[in-house]
Amino acid sequence: MTGRTITEKIIAAHCAEPDGVRAGAIVTARPDVVLLNDVSGPLAFTQFDAMGATRPFDPARIVLVADHFAPAPDIVAAGAIALTRDFAKRHAIPHFYEPGRGGIEHTLLAELGMIGHGGIVFGADSHTCTAGAFNALGIGFGSTDLAAALALGQLWLRVPDSIRVVLSGTPGPYVTGKDIILDLIRRMGSDGAADASLEFGGPGLRHLPVDARMAIANMAVEAGADTCVFAGDDLSAADMVRRGMAPVAAVVPDADAVYRAVIEVDLDRLSPIVACPPSPAAGVPVEQLRGQKVDQVYVGNCSNGTLTDLRQVADILRGRRVAPGVRMLVVPATQKIWRAALAEGLLDILAEAGAAISTPTCGACFGGHMGILAAGETAIATTNRNYRGRMGHPDSQVFLANAWVAAAAAVAGEIVPPGEIAARVATEDAA
Amino acid sequence: MSLHIEGRIHRFGDEVNTDVILPGRYLTLRTPEELGRHCLEGLDPGFVDRVAPGDIIAAGRNFGCGSSREHAVIALKAVGVAAIVVESAARIFFRNAVNLGLPVLVCPDAARALAAGEPARIDLDRMAISQGARLWPVQPLGAEVRAILTAGGLVPRVRQALGA
Repeated sequence: MTGRTITEKIIAAHCAEPDGVRAGAIVTARPDVVLLNDVSGPLAFTQFDAMGATRPFDPARIVLVADHFAPAPDIVAAGAIALTRDFAKRHAIPHFYEPGRGGIEHTLLAELGMIGHGGIVFGADSHTCTAGAFNALGIGFGSTDLAAALALGQLWLRVPDSIRVVLSGTPGPYVTGKDIILDLIRRMGSDGAADASLEFGGPGLRHLPVDARMAIANMAVEAGADTCVFAGDDLSAADMVRRGMAPVAAVVPDADAVYRAVIEVDLDRLSPIVACPPSPAAGVPVEQLRGQKVDQVYVGNCSNGTLTDLRQVADILRGRRVAPGVRMLVVPATQKIWRAALAEGLLDILAEAGAAISTPTCGACFGGHMGILAAGETAIATTNRNYRGRMGHPDSQVFLANAWVAAAAAVAGEIVPPGEIAARVATEDAA
Repeated sequence: MSLHIEGRIHRFGDEVNTDVILPGRYLTLRTPEELGRHCLEGLDPGFVDRVAPGDIIAAGRNFGCGSSREHAVIALKAVGVAAIVVESAARIFFRNAVNLGLPVLVCPDAARALAAGEPARIDLDRMAISQGARLWPVQPLGAEVRAILTAGGLVPRVRQALGA
């Protein structure tokens, strides 16, 4: 019998019959936590009732977050949040979060200390795979599946194949987690990781703090992956402790685990990548897009709304101004990140430069509210999807990039390698 | 879900994502009637006027990729789409469709060959798709998927499990 991948080990630890957990097997797994939001939740609650369920499997392991249409932009959205709030109240679910106390669900879940080494979260959101950053499995589902998970505390799934991604080398200036994943998606294609879990490991991991890992894990689904997971290490262990979790052993793959493929990534050779509309798989080096005008710059979302991202933006914007004719929206991913950015003075740097800073929300990332694009407009965003009409009108377009590149575009009014803005004396831009 | 489906083919390409099936700005809507009005609006605003109950979608690779929004499946069902034949489907969309009783058949040969505007038949008993004189066998559904579809979706299946 050959060894196991990280994915197989974690799923096996959540199954009644762990021996049968091998890639391709159909198994029933019990998650540590289930996660729903104000868009996926209300549909799930209706299905939960229709299933004849009267109480959820374990109220303490359910997390409900109002983040998509929050703060509510209209009466219908307010009603959806009210349904979510009511479900929490009716079933005595302690983990219900609204603006002012929460944030974007995937970033918030980690912050709450509810996911760490070896854990599994089932979420009614495709970006639940963000949890892979923490040596855990996040698996996205729709509302009816999550209704069943709420009722039964378990779901069937096919154990994914694993694709090992070996990171080596050291990332150069302005190369971030975003560039690593945009490069990988470009190489694999938007369904290259279908039916698979991307397992990240290798000596390059030590250069990737958990914020960078979140940016990578978040977009595994954009390569078609079922889920993803980083090998646990000292960094992920320290992160668990920082988030108030009891340290448990990291899950590592067996030496003779079987992979569908092994992909080598040399971090030394990477440069900032920008994904062109309308596909996250359409990445090109930033130099190739030099001069592409932008109307809106958006920094935020569950992949890149972290304190790390806000520091990168502040580095570029300090002493500089957002270009005339460009609007810049900055959306810290959680209330805690917002406050930390305030305490560090980052928000003032951004505001002085002419950026609008919002409360945490999924907002315009998915074309909901708080920054929708008009026909013919172009945005550069640190978000994770740039499909046709994603942020607004079907004839608007979105380029995906890291926070350095987005901030540089805000200053220049067009896409430009961030090093070129950083090399200029700040006061010249501010003058 | 009917085991015998007959309807006209509507053709789409690769990567029909759930954002174009049901754009994000409509995600506060929840009823089939409201969601159906915007079905595929991001890609083909005229689709809702052309589609008839029982019709079948044929499309390329990675159908339903992107967001997990079940609203996309609700919208497709609301306008009467009875089945989807694809080269490949994204995992979450596939599950959502099955859970709501909408069969998604992965059959690359049929997905590429089915002629738009012409009627086609799907026989889920014999797992075959046909159009005119042409016939394509379809890979058998997995046991769990078949059980959910046969039960009429995941809601009745969980009802059984709960003895509700």
